[in-house]
Amino acid sequence: MSVLSPGTLGEALGILAKDHAATPLSGGTDLLVHWPVRLEAHERTYLDLSGVNELKAHTWTKRDLVLGGRTTYWDIVGDSQAAREFPLLVAAARVVGAIQIQTRGTWAGNIVNASPAADGVPALMAYGAVVVLESTAGREEVPLDRFYQGYKKMSRRPDQLIVAIRIPRRSYDVQVFQKVGSRRAQAITKVGLAITRSDLGWRVVANSVAPTVCRCHAVEHMLESKVPVSSPDGFFQGLERDISPIDDIRSTAEYRKIVLSRLIYFELRGACDWIT
Amino acid sequence: MDSVSVSFTLNGEPQGLTVPPAERLLGTPRYRVGLTGTKEGCGEGECGACTVHLDGLPVNSCLVLTAQVRGQSVETVESRKPDTLEPFLAGGATQCGACTPGVVMAASWILEHPELLRTHNTRELMAGNLCRCTGYDGIVDSVTAALTRNRRA
Ligand SMILES: Cc1cc2nc3c(=O)[nH]c(=O)nc-3n(C[C@H](O)[C@H](O)[C@H](O)COP(=O)(O)OP(=O)(O)OC[C@H]3O[C@@H](n4cnc5c(N)ncnc54)[C@H](O)[C@@H]3O)c2cc1C
Ligand code: FES
Ligand code: FES
Repeated sequence: MSVLSPGTLGEALGILAKDHAATPLSGGTDLLVHWPVRLEAHERTYLDLSGVNELKAHTWTKRDLVLGGRTTYWDIVGDSQAAREFPLLVAAARVVGAIQIQTRGTWAGNIVNASPAADGVPALMAYGAVVVLESTAGREEVPLDRFYQGYKKMSRRPDQLIVAIRIPRRSYDVQVFQKVGSRRAQAITKVGLAITRSDLGWRVVANSVAPTVCRCHAVEHMLESKVPVSSPDGFFQGLERDISPIDDIRSTAEYRKIVLSRLIYFELRGACDWIT
Repeated sequence: MDSVSVSFTLNGEPQGLTVPPAERLLGTPRYRVGLTGTKEGCGEGECGACTVHLDGLPVNSCLVLTAQVRGQSVETVESRKPDTLEPFLAGGATQCGACTPGVVMAASWILEHPELLRTHNTRELMAGNLCRCTGYDGIVDSVTAALTRNRRA
């Protein structure tokens, strides 16, 4: 095993350009779980991003909130501007693991780990976040809702790092975030939901109900066309097209579908007069 | 590569160590420096027994490689004055003691940053520290008692 510790982004990208098998290591909250017994993981080369300071800070520009490739959950929890403009990011960050995970875990790591249960991803996707990838060949931007092609399949080449996550500043009149787990902290999501409405329309994003965190386009369509709904089951017609939940150790497919429909219904009932 | 050189400060003392790249921050104070306060519970970031402060923030040292802390400041429970523990002893916040070093590091972070309580409560701030003995009330009450004591002092 080796750990390479570049001090600049240029150096880091140079290493990845030469060694496509090098694994970026950031907060380690996914990669280092049960580390001593995962001997096969000790065979790899890791590219530690801890010294790449230019990736750490998040910045506010006139048009965007730009998270760095190493920005942590805690960085956002502590930003009162984020609480005002992007409350779902703060809500999501506060239910990731517990404080010791939030201080290390990064938004970029959450995206690349690509768990269907990732809690940072739905909030980012509901805000129309764009993933900014960079390699020695240049920069590329991919909207997060088009980043995943299947379970752990994503639009990132091995020579690319996520160097930023760009979140457009818009005004929202509906913002919802819900996580259902077996306890409030240190729980993997059984069903999760993030919803926004801006002048670009509705975004409904769910986690733990498909091989990837996914937008629920059919439900969004129901909301755009104000299809009257008078009970949680009313959302089944959309959800049946949008999600493909499974039975696993944490829950069942049926529970996930029913709970997701209820979350959507009870969260939106007050905000939409066609939901009664 | 069999080893990496890392310099960082441990409880205020500069350290220059050569360690295997796979070594966790949990192991370095325990097995290399002889500071055995930091405990391993789960090895997967769940229990918080291994909590240390890294550049002033609580982290699980089982999920950090020592090679990652170059130039940073690491503080373990040994850096805290014994009187930090007083409210814990008085309030029944410790029984078997396995969780206590991590609990003390999480609690001392709150005591050193009472402004955290403007946005969070003690239970949320300590949700990453599991304890199988006390039932938590003793821990939470002790933190509250210590905060009150500090406000008076
Ligand atoms: C106890 C515990 C509880 C947790 N609870 C939750 C939870 O409630 N919700 C949740 O969503 N997650 C949870 N997690 C998972 C984890 O904390 C998150 O997925 C975290 O965001 C990962 O970030 P990291 O920086 O630690 O990633 P790492 O472990 O360092 O890396 C994860 C992956 O991302 C890649 N990577 C990291 N940064 C970059 C980059 N800039 N460019 C390209 N690739 C990169 C790595 O190569 C690796 O494949 C939990 C983990 C633990 C241990
Ligand atoms: S040993 Fe590190 S969190 Fe349990
Ligand atoms: S005192 Fe025994 S685990 Fe907390």
